[in-house]
Amino acid sequence: MLKIHQLHKSYAIGDSSLHVLKGIDLEVESGEMVAIMGSSGSGKSTLLNIIGMLDEADSGEYILDELPIKNLTEKKAAVYRNKFLGFIFQSFNLINYKNALENVALPLYYQGMKRKERQKKALFHLEKVGLANWAEHLPKELSGGQKQRVAIARALAANPKLLLADEPTGALDTKTSYDIMNFIQSLNDEGKTILMVTHEEDIANMCKRIVRLRDGVIMEDKKVNQVRAEQYV
Amino acid sequence: MLRFLLDRDTWQEVFDSLSKNKLRSILTMVGVWWGILLLIGLLGSARGLENSFNRLFGSFATNSVFVWGQNTGKPFKGFQEGRRVVLSLTDAKKIEENVEGIEFVLPRSQQGKAVTRNFLSGRFQTAGDYPLLDELQKKKLIHGRFINQSDIDNRKKVAVISKGTYEQLFKKDEEVIDQYIEIDDINFKVVGLFENGNVNMGPSTDIHVPFTTFQQVYNRGDQIGWMMITGKPEFDIKQIEEDAKLLLKNINNIHPEDRRAFGSFNLGKEFAKMTGFLTGMQFLTWFVGIATLFAGVFAIGNILLITVKERTKEIGLRRALGATPFEIKRQIVIEAVFITLLAGLFGIITGGWILIALDHFFGQGDDAAIVNASVSIAVVFVAMVILIVLGTLIGLIPAFKATSVKPIEALREE
Ligand SMILES: Nc1ncnc2c1ncn2[C@@H]1O[C@H](COP(=O)(O)OP(=O)(O)OP(=O)(O)O)[C@@H](O)[C@H]1O
Ligand SMILES: [Mg+2]
Repeated sequence: MLKIHQLHKSYAIGDSSLHVLKGIDLEVESGEMVAIMGSSGSGKSTLLNIIGMLDEADSGEYILDELPIKNLTEKKAAVYRNKFLGFIFQSFNLINYKNALENVALPLYYQGMKRKERQKKALFHLEKVGLANWAEHLPKELSGGQKQRVAIARALAANPKLLLADEPTGALDTKTSYDIMNFIQSLNDEGKTILMVTHEEDIANMCKRIVRLRDGVIMEDKKVNQVRAEQYV
Repeated sequence: MLRFLLDRDTWQEVFDSLSKNKLRSILTMVGVWWGILLLIGLLGSARGLENSFNRLFGSFATNSVFVWGQNTGKPFKGFQEGRRVVLSLTDAKKIEENVEGIEFVLPRSQQGKAVTRNFLSGRFQTAGDYPLLDELQKKKLIHGRFINQSDIDNRKKVAVISKGTYEQLFKKDEEVIDQYIEIDDINFKVVGLFENGNVNMGPSTDIHVPFTTFQQVYNRGDQIGWMMITGKPEFDIKQIEEDAKLLLKNINNIHPEDRRAFGSFNLGKEFAKMTGFLTGMQFLTWFVGIATLFAGVFAIGNILLITVKERTKEIGLRRALGATPFEIKRQIVIEAVFITLLAGLFGIITGGWILIALDHFFGQGDDAAIVNASVSIAVVFVAMVILIVLGTLIGLIPAFKATSVKPIEALREE
């Protein structure tokens, strides 16, 4: 699914530069569910953003679905993001003046899909996250958990191969977190490949593999026995 | 591109973005609307003033100079200083033939005459005139007509009298046309009655009679009182005045440097002062209008810049979801064009109302201060284009900012 080799990334801060990723090697197979852990500032988000083509590495190799990701034009990158990747953010990032259905339909709009078809598909995904009745509601009328579910529906709308989530439960209480995790697990059960950044051990243990970062390198990479979230909901 | 413009989704996006960000949209529209309104209102009233000005003076005669003879100030070729100079028809003809840029030369003779009718009498300035005078110095006729070519050719004894003259020589409400008056013991038939306008060029005249008749019955032969020289619009009337005077001195044996021999009143020069004022005012209007437009656009710019942050994040998100930078910019451009166009149209419509109102309150009647207040379509069009371009450029600032960095930079919170 994705292959990363000797990935480096630094940020320029004034005159000096901050070496954040110092040679990451990582391979993820199709159907995996990976948690990326590490202390604050260890480069988790940086890594995820590079994988998501929202940012670019300084050096190293990154191959996504047999496609080398290097020096892409912004236009190409946009097409790949739309086709291959679904994003879930800690702060949901819904467009506040669009209702739930319109938010979910947005990636489909950029795919050039016809309006009718788009709405049908968006509604289907809203139904999947259990929010069909909330389709006409604006984000401010939804709870945090509901917002994240709308965001998940949006990430799924374009049927991406890989779901990327940066602390998807970071802004939610425990119960709602498990609820969301339960749903993400069901997506993984259906075959979606999932990569998520998290701080919380219990959330990480609901994945199938944990990758730990420290000082810009992978310190530990192990398979775990997945804890099912449904037992907590 | 056309498909994009005809697509319902495009407009849905525009509508959403504008209607859900009401404050931003309204402030933007008010800025543009106000700018256009002011521009149209100011330009329109300046034009209206100019029109009324032009109507008052008649566009024709403004490039004119009056010349009359005085006494010489220098001895020349055996002639004494202080010799009386009298202009003649020959002089007028020579000027018309020899000075460059002449439209025509209009000779006039005028004298105060004793005029009687039945038992009423008075002294009135009586002039011999050509029909052309009516064109150069528009007479407001109440009854009848002005002198015509047939009067000139046949030396008819007809007269066109002013209202003041009528009031002195006639009883109230008495018929005037075809009545006879005696001017220096010669009978003239009244063919027209005119009202003296509030603007007079040259000495005022109470009674006009045909030039040829005047010359004959009062035994003036070739001598004329003064002449009115009108230049073609593209020629400088000051130059014409100088050339004409030099020529006159030449044919009348007057020292070329003699400043006293001829008197003149250059209407063109006086008029130029006033048109200068008008031009200045128009320039000011343009300046104010454009400054307002810019102010409007910059106000919009400020508002848009305030929302850059919010906007930037949204753009980052849209890019994460697969929007290309081109799609983003296209959407923002169409949004900015649409809103400025809409506001501009409102401005044009309300500006039109203002001009209509101006016309209604100040533009009625012959003495209106503002005549036909209007702006040319081209000006409005240019203003609109400026607005749209500026509005679009400013709208593009956040778009450029948000598409020139990595999506993650745009998305990053704080
Ligand atoms: N755009 C940037 N410019 C400069 N430094 C940056 C930038 N983005 C991240 N960094 C720095 O890079 C380091 C890694 O950041 P990153 O966001 O990847 O950490 P993280 O592991 O996600 O941390 P957290 O758990 O707090 O989210 C941090 O020290 C951060 O300050
Ligand atoms: Mg992070």
